[in-house]
Amino acid sequence: MRHFVVVGILVIVMAVLTYVGLDSAGLMPVEASAQSVSIDWLWNWQIVAISFLFALIVVPMAYSMVIFRRRKGDITDAEHVEGNTTLEITWTVIPLFIVLTFAYMGAYSLGETRRVDPNAMVIKVKAQQFTWTFEYPEYGGFFSNELHLPVDRQVVLKMESSDVIHSFWVPEFRVKQDVVPGRVTEYRITPTLIGSYKVRCAEICGTSHSYMENAIIVEDESVFTAWASEQETIMLASQTPESLGKILTVKNGCVGCHSIDGTQLTAPTWFGLYGSDVPLADGTTVVADDAYLAESILNSTAKLVEGFSPTTMPAYTLTDVEVANLIAYIKTLK
Amino acid sequence: MKKFFSTALAHGLFWQLIGILVGAGLVTGIRATMGLSVTAKFFFTEPAWVLGGFFGVLFFIAGSGAVSDWYKWARGIDTPEHHEDHHTGWEKYLSVSLDHKVIGIQYTVTALVLLSLGGLFALIFRTELAQSQLQFLTVEMQLFGQNGPQLYNTLMSLHGMIMIVSILLGVAGIMNYVVPLLLGAQDMAFPRLNAFSYWIAVPAAVLLVMSLILGGFDTGWTGYPPLSARAPVGMQMFFLGVFTAGWSSILGALNVIVTVVRMRAKGMTAMRMPILVWASVATSIIALTATQLIGLSFQLVMFQRLFGMGFFDPAKGGNPVLFQHLFWFYSHPAVYVFVLPGLGVISELLPVFARKPLFGYRWIAMSSLGIALVGFIVWAHHMFTSGMNEYLRVPFMYSTLLVAIPTGVKFFSWVATIWKGKISYETPMLFVIGAIVVFLMGGLTGPPNATVSTDLHLHDTYFIVGHFHDTIFGGFVFPFFAALYYWFPKATGRRMNETLGKIHFWLMTPSFFVMTLGMMRIGLLGMRRRIADYDPALGFDNTHLVLTIAGFLIAISVCVFMYNFFNSIKNGEKAEGNVWNSRSPEWQVPSPMPAHNYDQPFEVVGEPYDYGLPGSKYVEFIAPSKNTHK
Ligand code: HEC
Ligand SMILES: [Cu+2]
Repeated sequence: MRHFVVVGILVIVMAVLTYVGLDSAGLMPVEASAQSVSIDWLWNWQIVAISFLFALIVVPMAYSMVIFRRRKGDITDAEHVEGNTTLEITWTVIPLFIVLTFAYMGAYSLGETRRVDPNAMVIKVKAQQFTWTFEYPEYGGFFSNELHLPVDRQVVLKMESSDVIHSFWVPEFRVKQDVVPGRVTEYRITPTLIGSYKVRCAEICGTSHSYMENAIIVEDESVFTAWASEQETIMLASQTPESLGKILTVKNGCVGCHSIDGTQLTAPTWFGLYGSDVPLADGTTVVADDAYLAESILNSTAKLVEGFSPTTMPAYTLTDVEVANLIAYIKTLK
Repeated sequence: MKKFFSTALAHGLFWQLIGILVGAGLVTGIRATMGLSVTAKFFFTEPAWVLGGFFGVLFFIAGSGAVSDWYKWARGIDTPEHHEDHHTGWEKYLSVSLDHKVIGIQYTVTALVLLSLGGLFALIFRTELAQSQLQFLTVEMQLFGQNGPQLYNTLMSLHGMIMIVSILLGVAGIMNYVVPLLLGAQDMAFPRLNAFSYWIAVPAAVLLVMSLILGGFDTGWTGYPPLSARAPVGMQMFFLGVFTAGWSSILGALNVIVTVVRMRAKGMTAMRMPILVWASVATSIIALTATQLIGLSFQLVMFQRLFGMGFFDPAKGGNPVLFQHLFWFYSHPAVYVFVLPGLGVISELLPVFARKPLFGYRWIAMSSLGIALVGFIVWAHHMFTSGMNEYLRVPFMYSTLLVAIPTGVKFFSWVATIWKGKISYETPMLFVIGAIVVFLMGGLTGPPNATVSTDLHLHDTYFIVGHFHDTIFGGFVFPFFAALYYWFPKATGRRMNETLGKIHFWLMTPSFFVMTLGMMRIGLLGMRRRIADYDPALGFDNTHLVLTIAGFLIAISVCVFMYNFFNSIKNGEKAEGNVWNSRSPEWQVPSPMPAHNYDQPFEVVGEPYDYGLPGSKYVEFIAPSKNTHK
């Protein structure tokens, strides 16, 4: 009996200490969406259960290991106890109830994360190796590689992938949703905290999967509207080949692989590309003129750049004008 | 060296090479006559490599002699029931043997080899992760036709699958060596099938390693299409390797089940079987019935790539999510294949070192079956974010959480077993205790992944990575080491060095805790899994450095083990008697175990774990066997 009392007290002490320790360790990133509230609520109950069950097993184990260790020279066996059906039933039935409770809580909190606001703003998302492109239909359908969101308004992202599976995850928003080729998946979120975050692709999608991260900016409604209207105006005002080309690179996600500032990503940088000598995989070099760029854009493997994989660049169907605009834009990068 | 070249292993590998050339040559020839391209980046074209890989396996099996008895039977030539191994010494283990003990050791040593290889891969990419930015796996570097990040992906993916194969072989090793001994059988039910199951795993491992040099693949061990449909030709070698290894698993499982059903000693009723036998049966049921699904899912992607069949290609009406269902239908139960035997080892050894009966034997036995059955209806919990039917996530959450109940029964019963025992701490027991605590960590971090809403955050992060390393180390690696330390004297007549064993334990366990807890912490804060590089702004550099150091400490501890293991075979302290003072039948006869196991059959006359019941016995030997061997 004495053993049980001591262990009982120790279990409670240990459970409380574990919980306090875990709780004060700051396990989760900041809570930046309405959806994260119910997720963190359930998470907290999980931590309570974890702390208690951890103590419930570890304390009696450690206690037995010390108190009931075999003394030197003792070669006898311990007391012959085969089992106890009441106990076994107890530790089957009580956990069953706990588990069902958690399943119920899980379903409830899942429901909370999916709560629909009929006024949610729709944003279209295209995932591709290795960038995200966002389209704002409410603002004339301009494209952006940064996701700007107004605070405290629900948005629903309609997500599509043009190549492989990706996964939209913002740790501060908690929620994660895969983007699957051939279908539209939905991500509903209500940002609640102004700040900048990143969407990080959580499903391995190829060589540069690590870098498939785009900025997310949550801002005041008025700031957001100003930004969106400005983007819309820029889009409508863009008439020069260079500016149209730039829009095309955003829309087609070229900058997910090609940098414009000289850093080497999955693909050759565009900085200083025009007019330079490009070493090819077959050992020859070619001058990056209009014809070469046009060929590379439509059929990049025709002349494979040395050190790069032939399979990575997607096949694009672009009109002659669009190709010309892209080239005009690439020319400006030096 | 000369001896080596006469072994089945050397023959098999030689013929595998020939097979690859023949298969690839055949396709290349056909392609040439059809006017198709005959060479590609890795010399042969993809179809050529695939047929080559396939032929390689067939040639290996034929060349190694693993099927020569069947071949003789087909030609009407009789073969003796038992083969005396004409090799002695180490060559015996590189040759085809029908003795379950030799096969068990072959499995075990192969598992250790793969464990080292998988571990080595982990150390390489763990080193790259020690700091943010790419240090040596850079975009500029090139090896095996891959740049740094791609090589990272290949190593990371292969680490996963090589470890899985290693675990499957380790599980088969324990079951093969121990189960017939526990049952009092002379061998497994089908000794030739048993040899076949082992030998087919060898070319499978070769194929897996080949994928590394054929451009690798960047999908992780899960091989999800469409990514796997576009990966380099290494992907196909990976698929083929896993497909082949699956045969080993399925046939091995069949053998275990038949052996347990048919070959138990007199008096060994179901409820008097050693608990490890129960666990082996549960594991084998899963392996026998689920493995086909991973083979199938990979085969479908293989065909998609080779023949353009659009199973998972949305452009052709295929469905990428379907693959995930097929894949996880095996791969979830598979984790129970990995852990159930380990949990069986825990239950088997605890009474020996606590000198007390196993608490609630029946409950523990049934909980293994319970886990195996419930394990079949939980697969979609790997897919909560996949875009599968939204509402179906809820029933899968319920079924998943149910797994906690039989698992809980095991934990409570273990604690009750050592409660008021007389516990001693030889190395096997240390690993058993370590296993329980580590598995507990894995078990407790499971439910947050099971409840859908929290999983939306945790899925595909380092939290998961930490969680499953806990379950696999607690459920397999620790018990595997415990089993090796425990049964080593039975196999060799010598024991492993206790001091080195303790160093192994005390180095590995704390490092392991640091590693998995650190993984879970950064996972919660935003570290995705399967990334070669991470955003420095996340501030994970220090934690990752610690994780890398912990990883190296684990590797060092395993080196200590390896030295101890191989050195003790010749130089270990002699231990021919009942070293652990166990009631189990295999310890009632001198070690090492004679070639055909028990000279006298035994009869079961009591309960397996009645420690502390004066005068009770589990088995009693009966009159000498009439069934003599040459
Ligand atoms: C998924 C990654 C990826 C995306 C997205 C991508 N590319 Fe590429 N691109 C590559 C790779 C890799 C190469 C180099 C290999 C080759 O030559 O095929 C390349 C080569 C090129 C080249 C030749 C560059 C040189 O240095 O010679 C041009 C021009 C080009 N891409 C334009 C584009 C344009 C325009 C877009 C957007 C419409 C785009 N790319 C989108 C991966 C990508
Ligand atoms: Cu991605």
